[in-house]
This record gives sequence, C-alpha cells and structure tokens, in this order.
Amino acid sequence: MNDFEIKKYSTEHEWVGVDGDRAYIGITEYAANSLGEIVYVELPELGNELNAGDVLGVVESVKAASDIYSPISGKVVEVNEELTDNPEIINEDPENCWIAVLEISDPAQLDELMDEKEYEEYCAEEE
Amino acid sequence: MKTGTLTIFEKSRPGRKAYSLPECDVPKTPLSELIPERLLRDTPPGLPEVSEVDAVRHFTELSKRNYGVDSGFYPLGSCTMKYNPKINEEAARMKGFTQIHPYEPEESVQGCLEVLYKTGEMLAEITGMEKFSLQPAAGAHGELCGLMIMKAWHESRSDTARKKIIVPDSAHGTNPASAAVAGFEVVEVKSDENGWIDLKSLRETMTEEVAGLMLTNPNTLGLFDGNILEIADIVHEKGGLLYYDGANMNAIMGITRPGDMGFDIVHLNLHKTFSTPHGGGGPGSGPVGVVKKLVPFLPKPVIEYSGKSYYLDYDRPLSIGRVKSFYGNFTVVLKAYAYMLSMGPEGLRQASETAVLNANYILKKLKDDYLLPYDRVCMHEVVFSALKQKEYGVSALDIAKRLLDFGYHPPTVYFPLIVKEALMIEPTETESKETLDRFISAMKQIAKEAETNAEYLKSAPHNTVVSRLDEARAARNPVLNEMSRAAE
Repeated sequence: MNDFEIKKYSTEHEWVGVDGDRAYIGITEYAANSLGEIVYVELPELGNELNAGDVLGVVESVKAASDIYSPISGKVVEVNEELTDNPEIINEDPENCWIAVLEISDPAQLDELMDEKEYEEYCAEEE
Repeated sequence: MKTGTLTIFEKSRPGRKAYSLPECDVPKTPLSELIPERLLRDTPPGLPEVSEVDAVRHFTELSKRNYGVDSGFYPLGSCTMKYNPKINEEAARMKGFTQIHPYEPEESVQGCLEVLYKTGEMLAEITGMEKFSLQPAAGAHGELCGLMIMKAWHESRSDTARKKIIVPDSAHGTNPASAAVAGFEVVEVKSDENGWIDLKSLRETMTEEVAGLMLTNPNTLGLFDGNILEIADIVHEKGGLLYYDGANMNAIMGITRPGDMGFDIVHLNLHKTFSTPHGGGGPGSGPVGVVKKLVPFLPKPVIEYSGKSYYLDYDRPLSIGRVKSFYGNFTVVLKAYAYMLSMGPEGLRQASETAVLNANYILKKLKDDYLLPYDRVCMHEVVFSALKQKEYGVSALDIAKRLLDFGYHPPTVYFPLIVKEALMIEPTETESKETLDRFISAMKQIAKEAETNAEYLKSAPHNTVVSRLDEARAARNPVLNEMSRAAE
C-alpha cells in the first residue's frame, strides 16, 4: 500500500497516493496525532464528483470533528468501508489507511501539492 | 468497586419493597378483564426492588455527584457559568406566573405579556436592536431563527441568489451547523495574526452570493475585533447582513452594542449573560433581536402594546411564522427580567467590567506558566495553550482532568479550534478574588506537576468517584441503557 508512484501532501494535512489514474486519499500522521483517537469517519458517496478543496468527508475524534478536504478533483470510485465499524485503524497507521479513492480528473493539480520533504517543513512551521 | 457505583438495578433484591398497602377492601378484578390480553406484557417490568432507605441513599448519593455553580467554580469558557441569583427563582415561582395557562385570553394574562414585552424592550436597549422575539428555546435555535429571518428578508427583495453564509474559523460550532440547517452553504474566513477576521480574506469571500456573516464579538479567543465597523461595511456593501452570536455578550453590556457595531440580527443567551440556569437542561432561552427593517420578519405572534393593554399580534404577513410552541420558555425570560431589574443599567455595566477584569487577572497571573497564544488584554475570557506542557507529554485534557481533583469544573478545552491544546477560561464576574486565587494556585501547581510528574497528570483524576474515562471507547461503543450494559 505504501508503494505509490507519487505521494503528495496538502496544507490541510491530507495525503494523496497516486496509482495510475487512481488517487488514494488519507489523513497524515500529523493530522491523526493532533486529532487524537478517531471515533467516527463520514465517508463520501460513491460516484460523487469532487473539486479540489471540496469536503470529502469528516473525521471525528474525542476532541473535535474535522472536515477532510479533497486535495484534487475527481470522482469517488471507492471508499474504505472498514472505517465505518473500525475508525481507529486510522490512528494505527494513518499514512497507509486510505479513506477514499478518486479517479483523477486533472493530474496537473498534483504538482501544486507538497512532496514529503516540503510537507515535513510545513508541519515544523505549524508547530 | 465503590458501592456508590452500583446501579439501582444491581442493588435490587427480589421481593424487597418500600411500601405496604392495606388489605384490598373491594373485589379484585383480573387485569385481562380491564385491558385486552394482547396489550398485556408477558413478563413483569424489570423494576428495581429496594427498601425505602436504600432508594433514598441511592439517589442522595447520585445527587451529591452533581456539580454546578452552586457547588463551586465553573470557568467553562464560552458558557458564562455565572451565579444564578435565587431571587430570580422567587420571581419565577410567584403564583401569578405559575398558575396560568397558555390558552388563557389576553385580558387575564396581562402581567405575563407585560413581562415579555418589557424584557424584549430591555434587551433591545442593551443590544441596540429595534425589537426582540423571545420564542427561541436556546442559543442555536436563536441562530436558526435569525438565519431564517435573513433568508426571508433577501427573498422578500427577490434576491434569491444568496446561498452562502460566511463564518470565521474561530466561530462557535453552532454557527456553521445552524447555517447548514437553514439551507445555506458555509464558507469559512481565516483569522489574522491578531485573532481578528482577516479583512483581505473577507473581501475575497464576500460576494453577491453571500447572505450574511455570522460573528461573535468579542470572539471565541476573548478578543474584541477592532475592525468591526470595517467588517460591517464590507458585508453591507455587497448586500449581506451581519449576524451577532450573543454568546459573549457578557463582556460588553452597557459598554458597547451590537447595533452600534453594524449588526442587523442578534441572538442572546439568557442562560449565559442574564443569569438563568445553564446546564442540566436549563432550559435555555435564546431571544432574537433585529434592526428596524427586519422587524416584519420576526416570528409571530409578536407582543405589542396598544397604549392600554398588551396583546399578541398575529397579523404579520412577512413573519417567518412560529418557531416554538406558545411564547418561548416563559419562566426563563421572567428570571432574566428579574435579573435585569435587580442589576439596573449600572449594575449590568459593572458585571461586564468585572467579568473582563477577572479574566485579565487570570491571564496576568498564569501567563508565565501557560503559553498565551494571543498575548493581549482580553475581554471576558482568556485562551491559553497547553503546548508548553505538551513538551512533557501532558495535554490540555490531562490538565482539565487534574483540575477535577482540586474540586473545579475544568475550563473548555480544544476550543477554539485555531488554538492548539486550547484551555479556554471564563471566570465570570460573580467570583471573588479569593476563589480566583485558589484556582490560579491549582493551575500553577498543575504546571509544575507537568514538569516533574507528568505520569500523575496523565492518569488524573485521582480523587473523584469515577477515575479517567475511556472517551474513545465510550464514543466508539456507547452503552446507552441497562440492557446493553448487562449484555456487555
């Protein structure tokens, strides 16, 4: 799962893992740690057409409920149903626990996202 | 396990009872002759069987676990947990108010209508609005009602393209929620480095698709947004309305008014600012006030005065209609009226001044122990961050739990969302310097413990009936009744 061709990060702390024309979306370890224990995940509907920046879903922890923003545009082609019953698997391994898969509509948008090094620096600044 | 933690069902013993009835002196009739057999239950209800003294002790023990402003300091930020004067309760229990019926004719309830009318007038004066409706049952209901008024106003002008509401990132969670329930799309604006609304971001967001902006001032950081007049201009120039979330009204009574800042719609929380009971169900009361041009849209009936008597005005074609059965939470309104009468204009102003002073006293005394992300004079509440303690692995939650050991209700934590590890402290005006000093010394001790004994904080509370709860498990697998508990 970790062997994406490309893995990019958003300023809202989502990651995008690219596999052909499919993009796996999850929340970063930084996001999962600051949220604390996740108790509920609201998944997007299959077939939804999302624009970059649209709300893809919601993660709720004991501290707060946070929107998950879609870092890129695309159609929702798969959702991680396991999260409905076991939301805690995000905390166990956030960087590998995908929430939804989008069919990428504009690959150029990936260039606007951060790579791992840039994202690390971004998080360090946030602290 | 402490005996106090047993449920009444676990204390039950078959046949034990707390009553004795005399011999029945009329002929007994089988139940099935009185009630159709199909409606009778197959097994008797699982009611607990205990003696009278056990029942009394059980519920007395539970009642002792309540915590409220009558038991101790309750600095829950954004909630204004001020003392509720008992004279309010006296007023609300007067027979003339309690022994009435909502369907009585206007002429026999003139006193009640007068209270509603005059409370509305006073609230209008305090906020700089034209008129109030006292119907909304609490704050979020007031928000929804205000947004419906906003929508109705735009629609009455055939301006139907306004589908969005702007909410700052420091807003109370109810603001975006109410906007969504009212059918709007929520757009967020960022705060600047002062904790104020970022004007550039607001200008970009404020288009002709926006119905209005919802704002709390002072905001949830306890900071007064000094750009408010400019913010109002930006919103009004594009044809939007300004909504004032009155949750933080306790900071400004008698000093400034939402109406003078440019707001068009205001809701107040009588259960915060106006000293009516809060928590434990209240019930609350969230009156909504509006400027003159919006008065026709207020919920109906509106209470009016003819010059001779008070009456309920239903003839209001533009009204959004009724938002609550009858006339709102009447006795709560009555308590707020009693509060305003006993305080008077000067007293209300003093309440706000002291609330602000108390918050700044705590700010000053604790700023060396806790990180103060916005280091400025605050209003009625102060927001610290536990990031200094986080270096030792201690979170805002651990600090909140440890405060329970000292007998305090913890402050609001993890809110506002724009402050990491937020600890939001609102002391209110009703606390003495001695109480504040004791709280401050507890907070200082906790800050020290974070450095020297982090583990002790992480496992707090230690002196309470119930120790640290597993909140994640409770949220993931809630056990909501006795039957599912027994099945666990």
